Amino acid sequence: MTELLPLAILMTSLGIAPLILAMPDHWRAPRTAINLGAAALKVALVAWLSVAVAGGAEFAVSVAIAPGLSLALQADALAVLFLALSAMLWLLTTLYAVGYLETGTDRSRFFGFFSLCVASTVGIAMAANLFTFLVFFELLTLATWPLVVHRGTAEAHRAGRIYLAYTLGGGLALTLGTVWLHALAGEVPFMPRGVLGDLPQAEPWALTAIFVLLIAGVGVKAALVPLHGWLPISMVAPAPVSALLHAVAVVKAGAFGIMRIVYDVYGVETVQAMGLAGPLAGLAALTILWGSLRALTQDDLKKRLAYSTVSQVSYITLGVALISPLAAVGGLAHLVHQGIMKITLFLAAGNFAEGQGVKTVSGMDGMGRSMPGARIAFTIGALGMIGVPPLAGFVSKWYLGAGGLDAGAPAVVALLAGSSLLNAAYFLPILYRAWFRDPPPAPKPERRIGWMLALPPAATAALVVVAGVLANAPFSPLGWTRFIVSLEYL
Amino acid sequence: MIAMTAMVGLGVALYASGRGRDRARGRADFWPLWLMTLGALNALFLSNDLFNVYVAFEILGLAAVGLTALARSLAAIRAAFDYLVAGLTGSLLLLLGVALAYAAAGRVDLDAVAELAQTAQGRVALRLILSGLAVKAALFPLHFWMPAAHSSAAPAASALLSALVVKAALYVALRMSLEGGVAVDPLRAALAVAGSGAMLWGAWNALRAERLKLLVAHSTVAQVGLIALALGVAGTGPLWQAAALLMLSHALAKAAMFLAVGRIAEELGHDRISGLNREELRPGAAEFAFAIAAISLVGLPPTAGFIGKWVLLEGLIEDGAWHWVGLVLAGTALSAAYLARVVARCLRGGPHVAPGARRPAWRAGDVAALGLATAALLLGLASALPFALLEVGIA
Repeated sequence: MTELLPLAILMTSLGIAPLILAMPDHWRAPRTAINLGAAALKVALVAWLSVAVAGGAEFAVSVAIAPGLSLALQADALAVLFLALSAMLWLLTTLYAVGYLETGTDRSRFFGFFSLCVASTVGIAMAANLFTFLVFFELLTLATWPLVVHRGTAEAHRAGRIYLAYTLGGGLALTLGTVWLHALAGEVPFMPRGVLGDLPQAEPWALTAIFVLLIAGVGVKAALVPLHGWLPISMVAPAPVSALLHAVAVVKAGAFGIMRIVYDVYGVETVQAMGLAGPLAGLAALTILWGSLRALTQDDLKKRLAYSTVSQVSYITLGVALISPLAAVGGLAHLVHQGIMKITLFLAAGNFAEGQGVKTVSGMDGMGRSMPGARIAFTIGALGMIGVPPLAGFVSKWYLGAGGLDAGAPAVVALLAGSSLLNAAYFLPILYRAWFRDPPPAPKPERRIGWMLALPPAATAALVVVAGVLANAPFSPLGWTRFIVSLEYL
Repeated sequence: MIAMTAMVGLGVALYASGRGRDRARGRADFWPLWLMTLGALNALFLSNDLFNVYVAFEILGLAAVGLTALARSLAAIRAAFDYLVAGLTGSLLLLLGVALAYAAAGRVDLDAVAELAQTAQGRVALRLILSGLAVKAALFPLHFWMPAAHSSAAPAASALLSALVVKAALYVALRMSLEGGVAVDPLRAALAVAGSGAMLWGAWNALRAERLKLLVAHSTVAQVGLIALALGVAGTGPLWQAAALLMLSHALAKAAMFLAVGRIAEELGHDRISGLNREELRPGAAEFAFAIAAISLVGLPPTAGFIGKWVLLEGLIEDGAWHWVGLVLAGTALSAAYLARVVARCLRGGPHVAPGARRPAWRAGDVAALGLATAALLLGLASALPFALLEVGIA
């Protein structure tokens, strides 16, 4: 029975997608029931799985589909980390999306692809080899496209085209890298400390080229500069989609892919020996600064958040690339921490837009008075991003900085300080406007924010606080990442 | 090799059942031609003899011309006539080649191909046969007749033509290549070069096409090119399995695509790509089938097209043939580009469309198209099966 647990978790979202797609638009109640039921079921299954994995159980399912190719799922500690994040945030985002799109069109299409999107993140999390990872990674590309163009405007279609060009291009690079690696090494399962054996000595150039291809492939989704162009543009999508893209699905899938490639395909020692860690860390550092700088000048609230994502996701890459256990803990923890903080910000921003029609930073004056709940959630998320203790963002930055010192790269501390300053520079003006400015005299169009819209950001904001304050508990993201890192760096 | 026949036969059977439901309201003339096509195809796949192949091609060619002309429009009849001329030219080349081969080797079974390649006369014969096949398969630069024929025929006929009839010639090329051994390498190289030309040319035209059926027809040119490229680079190695899988996946996906296009055009009354997003009607099921078929044609996982491309690329990389790798990737990117044009317009909404857009009821054609598209999708997940069959085929 328990062998099937990963499969069951996958099916909670993959299985319902065709059902929802086939439903007529006006079947609101059954669709919502299936959506929320499946999401809640998934949270329960993932909780069960994580307890089992922490107890040392191993799960693996595998189907051979062609000679030398198999689709394989597993549940290791790293998979559980990403699974837990996506399951929890899926539940909240679904709730939010149901409320958000209450009056919209094409809801069946939206929720169908929404489920498919989450199903592919689950597949990415549990992929046991590079081939399976690739399959779900491409599925994610396709499932997200209809969500990006959901509004159907010319602008949305343009964003969709750009998104598709970037991600399919990345997919092509990833495919080429994967096929090449298969040609050299046979099947590539994910194992802690790498699977390449002594190949790096035999074929150093080919493996370097493959590394570059693979990282470029996943780097498109992780929005590494200069492959980040699609992310701010695809902000035309509805708020729940942006939240999902940024916090859980696409961007995180990319970051997660970098982890898998560095830790479980090449292995940290090999990456370091081949001299690939340094350039990757440099790229991450560049991305952190560039994203923050661009965020400063954006007036559109969602675009500012988007550039902030570009910057923040590279903390994860940086943590991976620094090749130090402490930095790794920081990077992995940031995978979760950034997820919950950013989703809080996006959901709150969506509420501002829905409730008062405010979509720009300059329109935020006096926002706090009319929408106190969203304001508090937004504030917590923003302070967490800046890294104010004791919120979640502080914990990851602390570990990253300590890891930088540990790895003999004190420049990392300066980088973090600079980035935090920039974070503060682009978030604090928003907070200042929302709390202390007077609202403009002209009344704004108002829509009541129902509990479905109000609850999710409140819940994620609470998580941001809890993940920071209780960072030392064994089941906090931090505790769990320590467990993962001990496997990799023993 | 019987296994290969069985596989394609399965595709045909699946397809035929879809056809049956779809065309129940169609003309009676369709059926005899349809049976003739299938019969000729089966004869072709089972024959082990170049002369039999020629006979089968003649039957197939005539049936196919009939199928094209079924639409009865002026354009269709003109296209059918062009097709007839092209087909007969191809047959003539084929017949000449077969006759020469008989003169050179004294026998015409497929095993004789290796022997033929030893003599000058035999090589000429092989060249003639191959160019005949190239006309039949609409391989660039001999594809001139094909987009018109496939795009003006009735959707069911185009599905049959594009998915299966074109494959017949490729299948024979595959057989010849397998039997021929190393001796036919120059011919293989020609095949690969023509294939890559077709891939780029077809994709370019598909990018510029204004009508949906024309786009799909040009995409067939490109896909045939890809398969020919795979055949050309395969040699006697295991890469031919990739070519076979690509053929199979293209057959399923392209049939699904033409049926879907037929349904879309039927509901909307036109098949202009730019007008797709402005209609109030939304043939959702057909569009969905089109999208799945497109995924398989581009070769995205987990479809059969993906597995085929994967095996092809892996083999090419192992051989260090980087220029072919680059071409295959370029072809993939182009096909994604032209198919995305269509699928993007299916994801409509927003200002062009009234919120209460109607959805037409499901028809048998939707079911057939969706079924075929799903088959192309699932074939990728279950591609261990065709591979096992192909292993038997080689033994």
